[in-house]
Amino acid sequence: MTAKMIRWAAAALAAGIALTTTVASAEEKAQEFPLLKPTRQEWSFAGIFGRYDQAQLQRGYQVYKDVCSSCHSMKLVKFRNLADEGGPGFSEDAVKVLAATYAIEDGPNDVGEMFERPRLPSDPFPSPFANDNAARAANGGALPPDMSLLAKARAVHRGFPWFVFDMFWPYQEQGPDYIASLLTGYQDPPEGVEVPEGTYYNPHFINGISLRMPPPLDDDLVEYSDGTPQTKEQYAQDVSAFLMWAAEPHLDARKELGLKVMLYLIIFAGILYFVKRQVWRGVPH
Amino acid sequence: MSGHSTYVPRTAIGKWFEARLPIVRLLHDTAVSYPTPRNLNALWTFGGILAMMLVVQIVTGIVLAMHYAAESHVAFRSVESIMRDVNWGWLIRYLHANGASMFFIAVYIHIFRGLYYGSYKAPREILWILGVIIYLLMMAAAFMGYVLPWGQMSFWGATVITNFFTALPIVGQPIQTLLIGGFSVDNATLNRFFSLHYLLPFLIAGVVVLHVWALHVVGQNNPLGIDVKSEKDTVPFTPFATSKDVMWIVLFMIFYGWFVFYQPNFLGHPDNYIEANPLATPAHIVPEWYFLPFYAILRAIDFNIGPIDSKLGGVLAMFGAIAVLAFLPWLDTSKVRSGRFRPIFKVAFWVFGVNALFLGYLGSVKTDDIIGGMQAVSWAKLSTLYYFAYFLVILPVLGYIEKPKPLPVSINDAILAKSAASSAH
Repeated sequence: MTAKMIRWAAAALAAGIALTTTVASAEEKAQEFPLLKPTRQEWSFAGIFGRYDQAQLQRGYQVYKDVCSSCHSMKLVKFRNLADEGGPGFSEDAVKVLAATYAIEDGPNDVGEMFERPRLPSDPFPSPFANDNAARAANGGALPPDMSLLAKARAVHRGFPWFVFDMFWPYQEQGPDYIASLLTGYQDPPEGVEVPEGTYYNPHFINGISLRMPPPLDDDLVEYSDGTPQTKEQYAQDVSAFLMWAAEPHLDARKELGLKVMLYLIIFAGILYFVKRQVWRGVPH
Repeated sequence: MSGHSTYVPRTAIGKWFEARLPIVRLLHDTAVSYPTPRNLNALWTFGGILAMMLVVQIVTGIVLAMHYAAESHVAFRSVESIMRDVNWGWLIRYLHANGASMFFIAVYIHIFRGLYYGSYKAPREILWILGVIIYLLMMAAAFMGYVLPWGQMSFWGATVITNFFTALPIVGQPIQTLLIGGFSVDNATLNRFFSLHYLLPFLIAGVVVLHVWALHVVGQNNPLGIDVKSEKDTVPFTPFATSKDVMWIVLFMIFYGWFVFYQPNFLGHPDNYIEANPLATPAHIVPEWYFLPFYAILRAIDFNIGPIDSKLGGVLAMFGAIAVLAFLPWLDTSKVRSGRFRPIFKVAFWVFGVNALFLGYLGSVKTDDIIGGMQAVSWAKLSTLYYFAYFLVILPVLGYIEKPKPLPVSINDAILAKSAASSAH
């Protein structure tokens, strides 16, 4: 009787599938973005033992400062963070000097007037525009996103079954992979593809076929003092690493503590296993 | 709490307390002398794991609340200042955010354990229903907690979910307005969600006390699903169950730590690192992973049923999917508790488990995505059908047509038979 029931159920299921499949194939599917998945790169901060590369963060800051910061704000990062442990490793004095090159409005003073003063290490990075509306007006209606968290706010869906593997073989570098791919992904649109006026075709863009940001990087755009090749790809990688640090400044501390905690827990669990075995010895269960 | 207490106060202070408030007796009876079936497997340690997770969430949550500001203009920034400037703030927040997911992983294992071994059957109906109530409260707490960082998914998730209530006729709109404190999700919503998010864990703790109380009245079920017949079937909770619970709690902490330290954002959505913006709707609004199966059920109902439109139908199906659990003790008509002795049930159960995972997957994709030549929404309809059929058709019918395997006489007998068989080899 059971076998018969199962056969009936299977037949009903098959019929249901057949019915709905015909409906599905009749409909057209919307286009998925990005057109190209991000290219996976090597990152010094990937994996269990990964740590930020201080020299890379310094170069990345340079690219951010010279190129990105003319349109993108980074409101959550303060100058003093540049000297924090696990960061670009600027000296306190260098941070003071750097911060002081930017002005900030402060006040009111004793007589009730607002005044300008040089920035202190405790002040945030300056924003290129007074407000979002000014930023939009200057960028053809598009708002350049704040970059403080960008590297954690962008991730392209990996889909099944990849997300299952990613759980145990950690892949938390989707953000920098995406940013680096986007920065180097600009190209001429393929034959027959029209991009809206004032936008640039980029198959790596997460939200359409093109974006308003013109290709920001080019070879020899920023001068590196440490002999690192001055290529577009290198800039893209360095600035992506820097953005990851800006979004997750305590990554080094997290992974370092994690190692200790995990080791402790594993040894503890081992001891507890023997405790349990001892307790249950001679008690059939 | 049940039966004869074996506690004898020995010290003078112990006797003094015993005459005034026998709290030591209560603790002793609950966590030391409480007889527990000796054949429990590792799945029975998840009650202890859940208790630990509740404590972790409350402790980390209280610390987070010291630094968090529930005001729509600063909430997002205050969470970021916890991540950047508060000492160990990143650790506390990642523990709390991932803790919610771990709590749900543990509760799902706990629930499926109960489903497989028939832990909901008489005399454990109230125990089971209290569990369903805890689960509901957990869902409410988790949903409101997800709104607090005030990211894009927080905001739009809150908008979508509170919008469900408008599906109810007449009372729907007023309920939604009351829930979000206005006509759209805003500062008022954030404030009341924060207040309720702080309240709910303590309600959960209260219901947990009732849950444990009921457990100690009826005693634990066990993998054989047969009643405890004599003292030979049991061992005292301490040190036997305690040593096992603690070991599995630490193993679970390793799993938890893996996410906190190496994958802290794996279970979250990247859009929640973008501050809430009422003017920009994300391309694809999805709830947290632990709600995905119910989200799939909600979206599966895209057709009208008589006077019930698809929206109300979806909401009813979604809430019904949880409500049906409360009736489970009476829907399952089989006298045999454990799935071990039920050959057909076993198949139906595992299909149910895979189906639940599949529903979760369906909840994460777009409804018009094509999976194996068929739209996700069509799969969701089939899966939803099976979800309800399992409770409303399969379990009631199986009790009558299934021939269970013979049950052992007692737990002790089964253990002796097993150890005799293994020593013979």
